[in-house]
Amino acid sequence: MASEVNTDFLHNKKLDSIAADILRPVGITQGFVVWMGFLGVSLLGCIYAYYIQFDKGLIVTGLRDYISWGMYIANFVFFVATSLVGMLISSILGLIGFKWVKPIARIAEIIAVAFAAIAGLVIVSDMGRPERLPYVFMYGRIQSPIIWDVTVVTTYMVISALLYFLPLIPDLAISKGRIGHTPKWLQSTYEILSVNWQHTPQQYKILLKAMRILLILIIPTAFAIHTVTSWLFAVTLRPGWDSTIFGPYFLTGAFVAGSAAVVIVMYFVRTNYKLEKYLTHHHFDMMGKLLVLVSIIYLYFNINEYLLPAFKMKTAEAVHIHDLFVGEYAFMFWCVQLLGLIIPIILLLFKVFRKPFSMLVISIFVLVAAWFKRYLIVVPTQDHPFLPKQFVPDAWMVYHPTVIETAITVGTLLLVIIIITILVKLFPVIPIWEMAEEQTGNDESPQD
Amino acid sequence: MSNNNKSTGHDHVSREQENGNSRRAFFRNLGLIGATTAAGGAAIYSGYQYEQSKPNHDFVKVLTSDNRLVEVPRDQIKNIKVDHNQLTKLGREGLKGHRFVMVIDLSKCRNARKCISACQSAHHLRPHEYHINTLIMQESQNTAPYYMPKPCQHCDNPPCVAVCPVDATFKRQDGIVLIDNERCIGCRFCIAACPYSARLFHWEEPVMAESDKGKEYNIELNVPQRKGTITKCLFSSDRLREGKLPYCVSACPNGVYYFGDENQDAVTNGTSKETFRLSELLKVNGGYQLMPELGTKPRVYYLPPKNRLFEFKDERGQEKETT
Repeated sequence: MASEVNTDFLHNKKLDSIAADILRPVGITQGFVVWMGFLGVSLLGCIYAYYIQFDKGLIVTGLRDYISWGMYIANFVFFVATSLVGMLISSILGLIGFKWVKPIARIAEIIAVAFAAIAGLVIVSDMGRPERLPYVFMYGRIQSPIIWDVTVVTTYMVISALLYFLPLIPDLAISKGRIGHTPKWLQSTYEILSVNWQHTPQQYKILLKAMRILLILIIPTAFAIHTVTSWLFAVTLRPGWDSTIFGPYFLTGAFVAGSAAVVIVMYFVRTNYKLEKYLTHHHFDMMGKLLVLVSIIYLYFNINEYLLPAFKMKTAEAVHIHDLFVGEYAFMFWCVQLLGLIIPIILLLFKVFRKPFSMLVISIFVLVAAWFKRYLIVVPTQDHPFLPKQFVPDAWMVYHPTVIETAITVGTLLLVIIIITILVKLFPVIPIWEMAEEQTGNDESPQD
Repeated sequence: MSNNNKSTGHDHVSREQENGNSRRAFFRNLGLIGATTAAGGAAIYSGYQYEQSKPNHDFVKVLTSDNRLVEVPRDQIKNIKVDHNQLTKLGREGLKGHRFVMVIDLSKCRNARKCISACQSAHHLRPHEYHINTLIMQESQNTAPYYMPKPCQHCDNPPCVAVCPVDATFKRQDGIVLIDNERCIGCRFCIAACPYSARLFHWEEPVMAESDKGKEYNIELNVPQRKGTITKCLFSSDRLREGKLPYCVSACPNGVYYFGDENQDAVTNGTSKETFRLSELLKVNGGYQLMPELGTKPRVYYLPPKNRLFEFKDERGQEKETT
């Protein structure tokens, strides 16, 4: 990212056309209302499911004493994982100086904010005593990884929200007078949120400085959030969790899930908002290369994580590995590994599959597999405690997620989609000023 | 008493009559009689009251907080509210100077399951909610199966305590790991961390939730149990405070359990009530701990299942049908 902004772009006629393109889909359309209505009504059903759980206790889930962490925790890990992509794209790739991430950076931050914000709620849905949540702050013990997790997830969410909002401010100011087609309240929201931005070089200088600090700060925070999340498992003695590579294993898996999520949102934005000019084949090609890179790294960690215990076959680990490879979880395991990792890697190596639509299809497979992968990390390990499961009702021996549990999980996903929809639809989804600045700069000194 | 008063009044009257001042005397007499009658009546009434209160004026034996047995008059007893915070604080500190240990002799366990039912009735649990469970163990295909009672191991390096985010589960100075179900947020991290599957969660309203309503919470008994919180074996620390053996230890008909104090190097068998040297018992019988390789340092020792004088029956199938 350049350390100074050439404010010439403000007077360039290109700004007008870029702003017009990006602001055209902004606003309340019929499709938006129908979609939000659908999400809202579905969410009500999920909230009712949570009410039942709150009233009756976690007995309404499939969880019991042996498998006491299930879908909720898997979902939490998935949410935290997916949110990490904000850091990968804006920070790591952005700071290195890749120009192509510019129109994608905001989409990545939207995903980061939405998933990180709801991750906390997912954890609350898993708590036996959600009303005691303040105890975590009142009586928190610093040696518990949960406290680390709460701290870093909150920090990550705040920094991500700032990284979303700060570069949006100039866009909100630019939008003034250009969003006549939107409702009055949205225009005044823009007015308030633009905090009286004047486009002075001084303001841009401060903005860039703040962004740079945040972009650097978010790297250790993001590493911390997912490493600590992996430690929720790795600090225990259980076979399948008791692993020293869980931190990087989770982190690389997170980049796979997040990149796939970005591609899905990119495709939707590109086709629905007619932004093919900004989210080009080149961007999908680059995202495809990124996805295949992180997937290969993740595959490498998978080989480490599964092959070594499988080679040694220590008693307790052998049971776990057996269950995954050929036992109860084998179908899910091989679907996840093949459809969500190995086949996407092979396909994405070829340019022909790095086109928008095929990328969309591959990314959907990768993202769904990523969710089930978290399930496979969380659940099977608890299925085989060190001591035998005996003298309990049959229902306690196995874990089958219930309808209520599934509804609550779907509810959290709906909340994420609602946040993403609002941020994508009601605010400029591609940074106008950064695009304008880049194109103005290109006019003067064409480089790439 | 009242008779005396009246006779004095009479003497008075005769003296006044001698003075010949009969009219005044009459009124005075009248007043005096009235006064004495009233006084007499009051005296009778107070006597009656005294007699009424008499049966309450006996003594009751009371145990003071410093463990002295004293007698106090029953009418002096005043009901005070228990200082809940003080009790919880005591419960969190534990019994000073002790290091409690349990020894389980596997050669004697016949899966009578009396320990389990005694524990469950004391702690208000359902039949499949175990603070202590007897498991059927078999190390490998060719080794003999045996019964293994499994309470919480009260580890000296407890993985559950390390991961608790709110200090709801904690290690006391007497070695016992307890739970404060008024603090527990129900995250179940401790269940995930415990390698002995010693912890259970109240997925629904506890079985005696209705009758336990409003009861003062005893952190050493974990009663009342609460929905959405963890519970587990407490080494019956409420009984230990009274100087008694734990519920399971006392209930065993087969002499499986020894319980005692590591500091005194002494353990008592719950069935025979004989006391043994802990070190000697472990040495002679080849005592061991459960999964010591995990580094949890359990406070429960096992004596191996050798020389069993009874036939082993796998009762899993039957149990499954009843539950």
